[in-house]
Amino acid sequence: MYVAVKGGERAIDNAHAWLAEERRGDAAVPELAVAQIREQMTLAVNRVMAEGSLYDPDLAALAIKQARGDLIEAIFLIRAYRTTLPRLGASEPVETGAMRCDRRISATFKDVPGGQVLGPTFDYTHRLLDFALAAEGEVPEAATAAPDPAPKPRITGLLDRDGLIETEPASDETPPDLTREPLGFPAGRALRLQALTRSDEGFALGMAYSTQRGYGRNHPFVGELRLGRVGVEVEIPELGFAVEIAEIELTECETVNQFAGSKTEPPQFTRGYGLVFGQSERKAISMALVDRALRWEDLGEDFTGAPAQDAEFVISHGDNIQASGFLEHIKLPHYVDFQSELELVRRIRAEAAASAAEREAAE
Amino acid sequence: MTQAEIRGEAPGADYTFAYLDEQTKRMIRRALLKALAVPGYQVPFASREMPMPYGWGTGGVQVSAAVLTPEDTLKVIDQGADDTTNAVSIRKFFQKTAGIAVTEHTGEATVIQTRHRIPEAPLTEGQILVYQVPIPEPLRFLEPRETETRRMHALEEYGLMHVKLYEDIARHGEIATAYAYPVKIEGRYVMDPSPIPKFDNPKLRMAAIQLFGAGREQRIYALPPYTEVVSLDFEDHPFVPGKAEGACALCGSETSYLDEVIVDDRGGRMFVCSDTDYCAGRRAAGYRGEMAAEEGGA
Amino acid sequence: MRAGAFRAEAPVAPILSVRGLTKRYGGRVGCEDVGFDLYPGEVMGIVGESGSGKSTLLNCLAGHLRPDAGEVLFDLGKDGMRDTLALSEPERRRLARTDWAFVHQNPRDGLRMTVSAGGNVGERLMAVGARNYGAIRASALDWLGRVEIAADRIDDRPAAFSGGMQQRLQIARNLVTGPRLVFMDEPTGGLDVSVQARLLDLLRGLVRDMGLSAVIVTHDLAVVRLLAHRLMVMKGGRVVETGLTDQVLDDPQHGYTQLLVSSVLQV
Repeated sequence: MYVAVKGGERAIDNAHAWLAEERRGDAAVPELAVAQIREQMTLAVNRVMAEGSLYDPDLAALAIKQARGDLIEAIFLIRAYRTTLPRLGASEPVETGAMRCDRRISATFKDVPGGQVLGPTFDYTHRLLDFALAAEGEVPEAATAAPDPAPKPRITGLLDRDGLIETEPASDETPPDLTREPLGFPAGRALRLQALTRSDEGFALGMAYSTQRGYGRNHPFVGELRLGRVGVEVEIPELGFAVEIAEIELTECETVNQFAGSKTEPPQFTRGYGLVFGQSERKAISMALVDRALRWEDLGEDFTGAPAQDAEFVISHGDNIQASGFLEHIKLPHYVDFQSELELVRRIRAEAAASAAEREAAE
Repeated sequence: MTQAEIRGEAPGADYTFAYLDEQTKRMIRRALLKALAVPGYQVPFASREMPMPYGWGTGGVQVSAAVLTPEDTLKVIDQGADDTTNAVSIRKFFQKTAGIAVTEHTGEATVIQTRHRIPEAPLTEGQILVYQVPIPEPLRFLEPRETETRRMHALEEYGLMHVKLYEDIARHGEIATAYAYPVKIEGRYVMDPSPIPKFDNPKLRMAAIQLFGAGREQRIYALPPYTEVVSLDFEDHPFVPGKAEGACALCGSETSYLDEVIVDDRGGRMFVCSDTDYCAGRRAAGYRGEMAAEEGGA
Repeated sequence: MRAGAFRAEAPVAPILSVRGLTKRYGGRVGCEDVGFDLYPGEVMGIVGESGSGKSTLLNCLAGHLRPDAGEVLFDLGKDGMRDTLALSEPERRRLARTDWAFVHQNPRDGLRMTVSAGGNVGERLMAVGARNYGAIRASALDWLGRVEIAADRIDDRPAAFSGGMQQRLQIARNLVTGPRLVFMDEPTGGLDVSVQARLLDLLRGLVRDMGLSAVIVTHDLAVVRLLAHRLMVMKGGRVVETGLTDQVLDDPQHGYTQLLVSSVLQV
């Protein structure tokens, strides 16, 4: 009995073996290949890459398979693996203005230079279960066209040219990296953006939604949402110039928000920014809204006590690996602590009973 | 798909000794040295994501990884016991990634990683005790903001801590903190000794080096050997260590910290040592508790 | 007791000397070139309508706001007169919990609402090292008595108190360590008239018995009539008139002061 309470090595081994069996499921059903997950569960793969902070669709697909489809568990696997990777260098900033867009829309202008490109989106689909998919038939090929060579300038750039939106001063400073340096407060915008892009999609969505419902409202318009591929360049010191080492898919969202101004400064629109690995529109828009809400101090706005305005609150609680680890650690044995509380409560109760008895005797 | 497989090497070759790369270990050692130089001060460090969840000992594991050498002998305990699931898991992790010797005997270990207990047997000079810490900030539940608690430590503004103790006495007649009982280090920093029962607080002044790692909260702090550690209290309500009354049912010890084990659904219970190695040592030396006879069948 | 008489008896050095204090918010003036001396045991009233800069001035004096120019010299005893603006943060905070006290208009800003009345009063004692529970509790009981709060309320939280009780508790919490200088920001604001009168009475007794030096900001001339020895009248961030309280209120010289005085009932 005593040994059973203390768990033990064999129990752990058995639990892991059973887990492996459960992961495989019914052996009569063909096993999923990692490539199938990578190709057909793309949005799950994208989320794991984004929140795992590691752009590698194969590893993300493997993690999803290993995690039995539990995406937070898969993100955890990727994060732990990422820890062991040596840091060889940092890339040049990616040029999202030159993105080869699969999708590019603006909600602020009916038409824009470069055009509105709808791309592969769930928007406007009717959310009806498609039973044809259960029949495992092949999908007819979508129509194709030659790539549109027209440049797609950023919408906020167009506003910027007329001075209608705040200018974000360019900086060549190396941004901080919260995976290498301990997080400190107050956190600058670059650090906040890094924390947001890694943050849990559900958390970011909830925070962003709360701003829309009035907890730190900032009147956002989606100035532009673009999805596509950009080149990643790294400067090689031996060569003295940058070479492209990879191409990655990104979703970028720039919001145009309520204007700020004063008696001396004419009004200007303000910005929120979201950038996420892969196709993750919900996350990119959420990130932009929360980014904007966190900028209240820079823009001379009031702190209204809204959670989404509180950088320490948002950044400290948005990471799902930290959150789920700490939440689930209460499953671990705590009987030493519980025992000490049990003793305390028993003693205080006994003292209370004794003094009550004394009072009664005195009366 | 792993780096090793890509390179055609055996699995496991991906990881350096004790999992963390050398640069990360150096970063952690720098934080440890600073922590030892300023006892009780919480040193921020860039905690890495480990292959076990946050809250399950990632801070302790990183500290252990940074101090372990191939010659070390490691002991891992959770709730005082070597065979609790999480202790087993962490011990296995280091056996796998560092290939070091492990032991269950407190006296044989050079590094002991612990969660929630200090071993009963006094530790000696040359040993290192590594604590897993969930919330390193003793002021956290009085003041949720990190910016503010750091300022309070810097300015030694600890009045609020005593307000909490005052409120306990006013309401319950005594200080109602049974574990993670706050201590003051060398008359300067107020420190959370991690969730050890307050029974263990007097042992915090010891011959071994004590290192505290909080992974999720990215903090390391430390106590050099023989550091003065005072449990906070009032003159007229002094700190009392406290433990369950009675003796261990297996080894008969009346001085060790006891776990309560419910043995039936009619209120029956027994008490046994939480420190399994201590208990086994006493039984090997011939000590017997009142239920020791039944133990042979367990 | 009147300040003039007091100073004639005891020509001592000031406890607080303010010189050229200026605070601007962008292009707007918060307060400009304010200077005065406060002597031990003296109460200075600062009056003016809202926006006159009196609260800005008080917050600059108490170290809550950083002025753009000027000096706030305080008598630190053995260290003599020191510019509190030049003190380090730890020194300033120590001052704030020992020799100084600050009574907020809203007691919620000055109390811990989730801590019992006894804990509220005891906090400053514990902050300066008191470690005897019985003694702390006795002090708390003594102070609750002095501010007319029943002893059996000691373990209740201020949330269960009326506005007047909360304000009296805030005063007890501030005065328990025997500060030498008290800043008060509209201490009777937000209270009913009858409650105000009782609080004023209490404050007047405490100031007299403890020999407190105080700076009181208010828009209520009845408050300064009862409590202050001297008055400063502020308008647009500047001091427009200064003098003994009776003198200023009964024979105002500046046009603005005349307006202020005429717009209220004589007390």
